[in-house]
Amino acid sequence: MSPEVVSAGEWTRPIPRPDAVSGPYWEAAARGELLVQECPECGHRQFYPRTVCTDCGADPEWLTCSGKGTLHTFTVIRQNHAKPFKDELPYVVAIVELEEGPRMMGNLTGCDPDDVRIGMPVEVYFVPADEGVAVPLWRPIQA
Amino acid sequence: MADRTPVIAGIGLSDYPVAPDLDSMQHHTLAFQRALADSGVAKRDIDGYVGAGGSHQQMVDDAVSMAEYLRIDHKYIDSTMTGGSSFEFHVQHGAAAIREGLCDTILVTYGSNQLSRMGRMLGTGGFTRGTQKVGGPMAYEAPFGNSLVGAYAMAAQRHMHEYGTTSEQLGEIAAGVREFAGLNPNAMYRDPITADDVVSSRMIADPLHKLDCCVISDGGGAFIMTTAERARDLAQPPVYVLGAAGAQTHWNISQMPDYTVTGAAKAGPIAFEQAGVTPADIDTIQFYDSFTITALLLLEDLGFCPKGEGGKFVEAGHLRKGGDLPLNTDGGGLSSCHPGMRGIFLIIEAVRQLRGQGGDAQVPDCRLALACGSGGWLSAIGTVIMGSEQP
Repeated sequence: MSPEVVSAGEWTRPIPRPDAVSGPYWEAAARGELLVQECPECGHRQFYPRTVCTDCGADPEWLTCSGKGTLHTFTVIRQNHAKPFKDELPYVVAIVELEEGPRMMGNLTGCDPDDVRIGMPVEVYFVPADEGVAVPLWRPIQA
Repeated sequence: MADRTPVIAGIGLSDYPVAPDLDSMQHHTLAFQRALADSGVAKRDIDGYVGAGGSHQQMVDDAVSMAEYLRIDHKYIDSTMTGGSSFEFHVQHGAAAIREGLCDTILVTYGSNQLSRMGRMLGTGGFTRGTQKVGGPMAYEAPFGNSLVGAYAMAAQRHMHEYGTTSEQLGEIAAGVREFAGLNPNAMYRDPITADDVVSSRMIADPLHKLDCCVISDGGGAFIMTTAERARDLAQPPVYVLGAAGAQTHWNISQMPDYTVTGAAKAGPIAFEQAGVTPADIDTIQFYDSFTITALLLLEDLGFCPKGEGGKFVEAGHLRKGGDLPLNTDGGGLSSCHPGMRGIFLIIEAVRQLRGQGGDAQVPDCRLALACGSGGWLSAIGTVIMGSEQP
C-alpha cells in the first residue's frame, strides 16, 4: 500500500516554509510521496534536502522512497510549555531510518507511548499543513 | 627567546545562580573585573578579545559589542560560537594566536541572565510554537514538537538500547555532582541526592528525568590567557594549556550520525597527543553536564572507559569526591550554575583546581585537568587539557 495523505482537521503546529531547494520535497509530500536525495555521481543518499551532495560535492537528484522504515531512536515528550504541543502531551518524537538509508525526525502516532521500541517497523503518512505542503508522520506497521 | 607557551593567568565569576539586578553585559563585566583583579594583569595590556555572545537574539553581548563596552584595544578578536562549547574552542584558538605572536594577552568573557530574563523555559519551552512558518533545516524538525531535553533523550535512549545503560547509572552521575555542589556555598541545589532520587523524579522526556537535567541560572565567567613569560610577573601561578582540540559531527539533532558517539571521540585523542598524556594521567574532569547522558558519552568518547561501559564506570565511583577522577567539582550544571552556555565555567573550575584553590572540593595533588564542552545538541565538542607544571 502506498503512503496516504490524511486530513486531520486544521494544522495547528509550526508550518514548513518551502524554498527553491525544499519545494519539490514538500510538494511531493502533499501528493503522498516521500523524497530523499541521491547523488548521480557517487550514489550517496541524504536527508534533509540540500543543493550539494555532502559526500562528494556534486548536485544531488531526487529519489522516491517506499515510505517504510524502522525506529532508530525516540523520546516521549512529557513536558513542553509551547502551544500547541503542551495540549498534546505525551507524544513520541522519533528518528526513523528509511529503507533507503537516510534518517529523519517525525512523530510516531497510533501507538501507546509506553509500547514504543527501537527497531519497530513504521510507515509514513502525510498530514496537510499549508497550501501545497504536507508533513510526514509515522505509525507502526501492523504485523 | 621568550617563552610563548600559552597559559591561563586569571579567572573570575560573576554572581550566580540568581542575580536579578545584573543584565548579560553586567555579568560579562563583573566576571572580567574579578578576573583582572585575580590575575594582576593591567587592563591596558589586554590586546586580544574573545567572546561567543549568545545571550540575546539582539546581539547585545556579541564579541564586537563587548570589545567596545569594555574598551579592549585589541589586535586579535574571535567570535567563534559553537553553543556551550564555545569557550573550549576559544582556548584552542587563543593558544594558537598567542604562540603565533598575534597578541600577548587575551580576555575571554561570558555572561547571561537566562533565569531572570526567561525563566526555566530553555529545556522544555519548545524551539518553535504555534503556526509560525519555519524554513531551512529546522523545517524538518519544528513540526514535531521536540524539546532541548528531547534531543539529548534520543541519545540516551539509543545508548540504553545498544549497551544496556540504565537510568540508575545515569542517576549516579547527578548524585555525584550534587555531592560537590554541597561543598559550594553558591550552588543552586546543595542537598544530597541519590541515584534513586533521580530515577523517581518526574519524567521530562524519556528516558531523562528532571534530575537528569541541568539547572537554569544566571551567571557569567571570564578568563585571561597570556604567555608563560608574562605570567611570571603576575599574581597567580600560571595554568598551562597543554592541549586543545575540537570537532563537530552535526548541528541539529536529527543529523547526528551516531547517537552514541560525539565529536569528543575525534577531538580527545588530538588533545591528548598534544599534551603528551593519557586519560589515566588526568586528575580531574570538568564536563559539560547539560544532562547526565552528556557526561556519560564524553567519558567514553575521551577514552576514560571503553564505548558502552560508561554506566559501569560511573557505578564504580570514580567520579565521586575521593574517587580517582572527580567530575565537576563546583557542582556542575546539574546542580550549581547553567546560564545557557556553560563551557567557560569548566575552564575556570579546572584552573581553580590546578592552582590548589578548590577549597573543600580540592582534588588532592591535582596536576592535570581536562575540560570538555558540548555545544548544540551533542554537536560541537571542544576538549582542553591543562596542567600546573611547565611542559
